Amino acid sequence: MIVSTASPTTDRPSAPVIRRVGGGLLDPRMLLTQLPAAVRKLDPRTMACNPVMFVVEVGAALTTVLAVRHSGVFAWLIVAWLWATAVFANLAEAVAEGRGKAQAETLRRARRDTTARRLTGDGAEERVPAADLRVGDRVVCEAGDLIPSDGDVLEGIASVDESAITGESAPVIREAGGDRSAVTGGTRVLSDRIVVRITARPGETFLDRMIALVEGAARQKTPNEIALNILLASLAIVFLLAVVTLQPLAAYSGAEQSVIVLVSLLVCLIPTTIGALLSAIGIAGMDRLVQRNVLAMSGRAVEAAGDVNTLLLDKTGTITLGNREAVEFLPLDGVPAAELADAAQLASLADETPEGRSIVVLAKTAHGLRERRPGELANATFVPFTAVTRMSGCDLAADGGTRRQVRKGATSAVRDWVRECGGVPPDELGPMVDAIAASGGTPLVVAVNGTAGPRVLGVVHLKDIVKSGMRERFDELRRMGIRTVMITGDNPLTAKAIADEAGVDDYLAEAKPEDKLALIRGEQDGGRLVAMTGDGTNGAPALAQADVGVAMNTGTSAAKEAGNMVDLDSNPTKLIEVVEIGKQLLITRGALTTFSIANDVAKYFAILPAMFAVVYPGLDRLNVMRLHSPDSAILSAVIFNALIIVALVPLALRGVRYRPGSAATMLRRNLLVYGAGGLVAPFVGIKALDLLVQFLPGLR
Amino acid sequence: MSSTGAGVLAALALVAALAVTHVPLGNYMARVFGSERHLRVERVIYRVVRVNPDADQRWTVYAVSLLAFSAACVLVLYGLQRLQGVLPWSLGLPAVTPALAWNTAASFVTNTNWQNYPGESTMGYLVQMAGLAVQNFVSAAVGLAVAIALVRGFARARTDRVGNVWVDVVRGCLRILLPLSVLAAIVLMASGVIQNLSGPHAVHTLTGSTQAIPGGPVATQEAIKELGTNGGGFFNANSAHPFENPTPFTNWLEVLLLLLIPFALPRTFGRLVGDPRQGWAIVAVMAAIFIGSLSATTAFELHHSGAALRAAGAAIEGKEVRFGVPQSALFATATTTTSTGAVDSMHDSYTPLGGGTVLTSMMLGEITPGGVGSGLYGILVVAVVTVFVAGLMVGRTPEYLGKKIRSREVKFAALYILATPAVALVGTAVAMATPSARHAMLNAGPHGLSEVLYAFTSAANNNGSAFAGLSANTAFYNLALGLAMLAGRFLPMVVVLGLAGSLARQTPVPATAGTLPTHRPLYAAMLAGVIVIVVALTYFPALALGPLAEGLPR
Repeated sequence: MIVSTASPTTDRPSAPVIRRVGGGLLDPRMLLTQLPAAVRKLDPRTMACNPVMFVVEVGAALTTVLAVRHSGVFAWLIVAWLWATAVFANLAEAVAEGRGKAQAETLRRARRDTTARRLTGDGAEERVPAADLRVGDRVVCEAGDLIPSDGDVLEGIASVDESAITGESAPVIREAGGDRSAVTGGTRVLSDRIVVRITARPGETFLDRMIALVEGAARQKTPNEIALNILLASLAIVFLLAVVTLQPLAAYSGAEQSVIVLVSLLVCLIPTTIGALLSAIGIAGMDRLVQRNVLAMSGRAVEAAGDVNTLLLDKTGTITLGNREAVEFLPLDGVPAAELADAAQLASLADETPEGRSIVVLAKTAHGLRERRPGELANATFVPFTAVTRMSGCDLAADGGTRRQVRKGATSAVRDWVRECGGVPPDELGPMVDAIAASGGTPLVVAVNGTAGPRVLGVVHLKDIVKSGMRERFDELRRMGIRTVMITGDNPLTAKAIADEAGVDDYLAEAKPEDKLALIRGEQDGGRLVAMTGDGTNGAPALAQADVGVAMNTGTSAAKEAGNMVDLDSNPTKLIEVVEIGKQLLITRGALTTFSIANDVAKYFAILPAMFAVVYPGLDRLNVMRLHSPDSAILSAVIFNALIIVALVPLALRGVRYRPGSAATMLRRNLLVYGAGGLVAPFVGIKALDLLVQFLPGLR
Repeated sequence: MSSTGAGVLAALALVAALAVTHVPLGNYMARVFGSERHLRVERVIYRVVRVNPDADQRWTVYAVSLLAFSAACVLVLYGLQRLQGVLPWSLGLPAVTPALAWNTAASFVTNTNWQNYPGESTMGYLVQMAGLAVQNFVSAAVGLAVAIALVRGFARARTDRVGNVWVDVVRGCLRILLPLSVLAAIVLMASGVIQNLSGPHAVHTLTGSTQAIPGGPVATQEAIKELGTNGGGFFNANSAHPFENPTPFTNWLEVLLLLLIPFALPRTFGRLVGDPRQGWAIVAVMAAIFIGSLSATTAFELHHSGAALRAAGAAIEGKEVRFGVPQSALFATATTTTSTGAVDSMHDSYTPLGGGTVLTSMMLGEITPGGVGSGLYGILVVAVVTVFVAGLMVGRTPEYLGKKIRSREVKFAALYILATPAVALVGTAVAMATPSARHAMLNAGPHGLSEVLYAFTSAANNNGSAFAGLSANTAFYNLALGLAMLAGRFLPMVVVLGLAGSLARQTPVPATAGTLPTHRPLYAAMLAGVIVIVVALTYFPALALGPLAEGLPR
């Protein structure tokens, strides 16, 4: 019998309900509480990282100096709103970071200084602070102990409470060897005793990295963010040139402008909206992953997730429910179905695997056979499954000394057993078994050996149950241009049947780790990006090779080290959500860039007539918004420019609404909303502000 | 027939002619640059200049070779002008002054053909033929070469080689420009354009005075002037001169010649990247903006406000009566959207908004359809920027034709977008702030500003047409415009080659349903939007103080 060591977390039924990317709503109070942090970020050394906002800050400083020298209501209002623009940008970033900080606090509590029980060379224990542990040290943890650092279990088996990291209260099993050997520092042993070999250097444990990640301390600009920053910086330079060179032209035209007005024009033209929100969008993207209990080790991986062309999905647990289920009893000719069901149930009573349980359940639902407890049958000896016999069953000693042996197992194993007992497996068994295999199922043959000699009764059809909703999910992925490949250890026939049923694009049958690696390399050579999940040590090379490798938290530390994301829920289906979050991150950037640039058109129509209609009255025709006065027009544009940042903070944090679809439909929708919207919105906004601003006392 | 009707017919015939030539000429150019074989005469040239025609170059080598070649061209052309007095066929004309020779050398090598001199009284036949005409060929071929190198960047994969500049320039000259201009010259001669080597004839007019009737190898010069989108006229009056452009037919033909290659190159692009639909999208954007400019210019010129214009029926001042307003507007639009700079009417005399429109046509960056080669590479760079923003909006790292647009590519594209406006605006600002430069303006007020803005925009975008009304043959303008032309030509070329190198190195990403389709109308519309909006945003303040201030009625 297979001992199921799968931890409770992996067994949690993964919700078939399709979750849409969303969440991450803004708590309005955050805007106030993060204000001090936003003001602190005005430090020019910090601002210089963001060229667009740095221009704003320099402009604000310049106008402040000028306003001090030539005081006026208009000048001071402009100064105030320019500084507000800079502060609002910082506020967006601070709010995004603030949400991570709260999470980091919770994590820090788990990182309390612990004392480790280190084993010395001669087997004695010594107590040392956890911070002194080095890679390779061995420590003992018993029930109630906090595991001092990351490591692999060398000896023993224990249930561990990992709620400090995963937020999941159900304990998980950790044992030496195999794929469930990794333990994380800061988690607590609930039962038993384990010896752990430390694998992390002090300060570089999973918990430390996690804290740094959610706090944004380790945040580096991602490649696409850098590229966008270059574009924004060059736009800022173009507008800087346009504004600086305007002054000689204006002077020639007899309308020399005050520096305050020129700075206002510049700040309105450079793409401040996207410049202000760019880093908040990135932080919020990571944060949305964290909210789904996925830790991305780098922003690069989140971006890559949006680009993924090929998803490698393990069949078991991702496409199918973790276990096969008995769906049908197929008796041979002349065997009553009830007899087969009875025998199958008997042979499965001691079989605690989900497959065994499902046979008992099917016998009950299909044939009304009551479940018998093992102790209920007198003189029954249960034969557990072993890898050698590949059969399980039970021997019943009936009255009169006759024995009845019931067996179920793999076809070849049961055939051999029948021959051993002196019988002949019937010919009709072959086609039955093949038919089941061809349909993607697993046949289990049931046989008895009683007074009448060995006899095959029939076959139990075990079937992989494809999770509901997967086909729709794969169709959706296909529309997004993502190909799904199912990875399975099954034979090609079975694999094909399940692949067809689930609707994946391709499958890799009888997959060995090196096959997986070869598949990934092949895809990458074709220029495609590959995402996969994995948990085992032997999956580590593939995880490392994949562009997006999501390691299951239940997996080995080798796997966690190799992947660039860790799923704390160990739910392989989440890969699809990760892809959606990656896409959403990029879409939000693109949408706000478009919005920001489209905004400029209206600002020109506000500011240019305000600057030059005095000397060229014809230019007042450009004042299509009929703004009250030059001062109110310029001020309104500057205020709009500042307020739109705050107004879009929730969007930046939440991300643009993402609905899977083809690139063409997405472009059409986003272009309409953010392109056309970006053209129109400021006309309305600036006009509305002008209606208010014109009543300010002291303004011309 | 009314001149408006004739204008509409001419425009329709033009569209039809371009529709007919687009595919075969585009395919032919694709074959020329895709071929492995060298003609015998080409082999001779390669042997003489000692280059290995089969050695592919890295983008840096390509760029350095191209810059060195162009620098040598500037020196030769400068030398020819300075030595004119001692060279044959000079018509007795003296050496050109250093400042003017520098400006003219820079102008013709950069395919700008800005002329601060009257051709008939400054340049002898030797300089015209061995200097200017030769540059008309090679400068166009250089533009073509850079465009092809960029297309190779898209088409090639996993290589650091973008082609061989010598092969590209030689083939561009010998296999494309030369045969086409021979054909064009014959048709032009047959239509009345002069072609001789005789000096000016002195004739006595009916009123008793004496007039010099110039001669010259005009038809041959004229053909490459239009085909290579050069625009440097043999005579001062350029294509308004009856010997350069005698009839409405030659006018139409010249418009066709200057649009011919730029409008066919998108087809070459589509063919070379293996997806003709991509070429269709590009040519559609070019054509849409071209037709928009043409309609606006024509409308402004026909729309008459003001007593004098109303009396004339249209803004006829500065236009040749034999062409009429619509055909002049057609020529003006074609010459300003193709970086040609030849003129058959004086843009200075256009209505403020009509003149503003031709000015804006240049500001668009000479990419609709733009100069020979430079139009294609220019619009492809803007396409890269558009793809960057549009690609983000579909949730992927943006990619164009399978090549990812990452920070390196964005850096090159951003530098390109930055270079020309920087040169044009800084140049204008410096001129407006320099008293001596301001004195060269013949008009005050916004019209004067338009003249200077036009001059620097024309130079930076390598157009070469002049607004007139600006006495630009001064030390300041000769020097400043010369620098503007060189910077406006070669800075973009170098970054375009950099972009080509960076694209060629990539492994192409296969297109999927998640890939932004760059051949559909939606993307094309966005590209057109980016071209117009980005330009409007950059130049709008300057335009407001020039044409708009003058043209908007109070």
